[in-house]
Amino acid sequence: MIEDIRSIISDHARLPVDVGTLAIDADLYQAGMTSHASVNVMLALEDRFDIEFPDRMLKRSVFESIASIAEALRELQVSAAA
Amino acid sequence: MSVAVDRDATFLAGIRLIAKEVASAHADDVDRRARFPEETLTALREQRALSAYIPPELGGGGVSFEAIAEACLELGRRCGASAMVFAMHQIQIVTLVRHLGDSPWFEAYLRSVAGEQRLVASVTSEVGTGGDMGRSIAAVTPGAEGGCTFEKQAPTVSYGEHADDLLTTLRRSPDAEPGDQVLALTRREQLTLEQTGTWDPLGMRGTCSPGFVVRAEFMPEQVLPTPFATVSVESMVPVSHILWSHLWLGIATDAFDRARAFVRAAAKQKPGEPPPTAQRLSHLMSELSLLRAEVDSALRAFLEASREPGRERLSTVAAALRFNNLKIAASEQAPRVCQGAMGVCGIVGFKNDTPFSVGRHLRDTMSASLMVANERIHHTNASLLLIAKDV
Repeated sequence: MIEDIRSIISDHARLPVDVGTLAIDADLYQAGMTSHASVNVMLALEDRFDIEFPDRMLKRSVFESIASIAEALRELQVSAAA
Repeated sequence: MSVAVDRDATFLAGIRLIAKEVASAHADDVDRRARFPEETLTALREQRALSAYIPPELGGGGVSFEAIAEACLELGRRCGASAMVFAMHQIQIVTLVRHLGDSPWFEAYLRSVAGEQRLVASVTSEVGTGGDMGRSIAAVTPGAEGGCTFEKQAPTVSYGEHADDLLTTLRRSPDAEPGDQVLALTRREQLTLEQTGTWDPLGMRGTCSPGFVVRAEFMPEQVLPTPFATVSVESMVPVSHILWSHLWLGIATDAFDRARAFVRAAAKQKPGEPPPTAQRLSHLMSELSLLRAEVDSALRAFLEASREPGRERLSTVAAALRFNNLKIAASEQAPRVCQGAMGVCGIVGFKNDTPFSVGRHLRDTMSASLMVANERIHHTNASLLLIAKDV
């Protein structure tokens, strides 16, 4: 799952740094992800894992790191095999 | 509870008196000369209104947010520029009160606002960011003896020359990304302001908002501990849109009142049947009601979400859409009401020197769709709507 998230961030977050070098708890917004780019990340995650983030999860703190995204996906019962 | 209600009532009675006796008396002169509404600010300071929202334990008046919003509306009915200066000051104060955490420096600062009735302005826009408040170029830069500096090119700083202190968005450090922002509060004696433009606008002329190059030397503890991204979604953006909308509603309400007075005067001249303009007034009332309903429902939504622990709901996409929509709807509806009032009053509404003049109202509310440009907000919403589920 972590590798899938990394690949989506790499494709959609438009970070000025190499996503491979980011720690899983690194703040993506501090790393340069804009609000606009974060929407694209959310859309790509929904598409890749075939889920819908409910409104209560659509907030900055859920998408601020690879770890927090993974936690949200687990809450939505996305299995590692997905 | 009753103490809080009494506090609000006393505060609002004072504000209504200032609006009626002071702001109203100077509104035309402030507008004509594009000068700062000095008299209103003096009266607000005498009533300690600049610290009204600060909690009593920090020396403030402890009034509710609803009362601050209502005060913006009341001042807006008499002088749009006075109301805007008051509203913008309160936006900074509400933001600081909600996010100071346990910072001793900011506690002491709020005490000094209460003690000295200091006026706070904000420096959020910046040349080169294309109007995006979520990005900065200027940065908190390490200076001599553990201090910090910044230099920011601001295309507009409302009442910059008249403010005691400035709250400025900056990148966290010289190597931070544009979106990694913090807020720094700097006092007058730590600032130099170099005016870069003139101020001769169509409306809101008394806000005196030319551009400045702002330079400051300050200490690290003057940077608010909470990141701007959090402060922005939980407080600064919704509070700005709510307080602005209240004062635009105030201006539109006075334009409507003037149109109604005009129709009543016409009706008295020809008793028996309602004048033709009465019908137009009825149409106008519907327009005003829509504005009032949107402003009121946004205020309720904000209060409800603010009461929740952690204010989680305010940081959702749905909340961003809600308060962005308030800004767009109110900023478009307020000038529509003012123009409708001019249609009712005809030439005496168009002239600047009659009891039914609504030219200033129309010009003042025309600024609404520009302060944070509506098209920029639509651009943001367009993106958020792709992901929001229930709006």
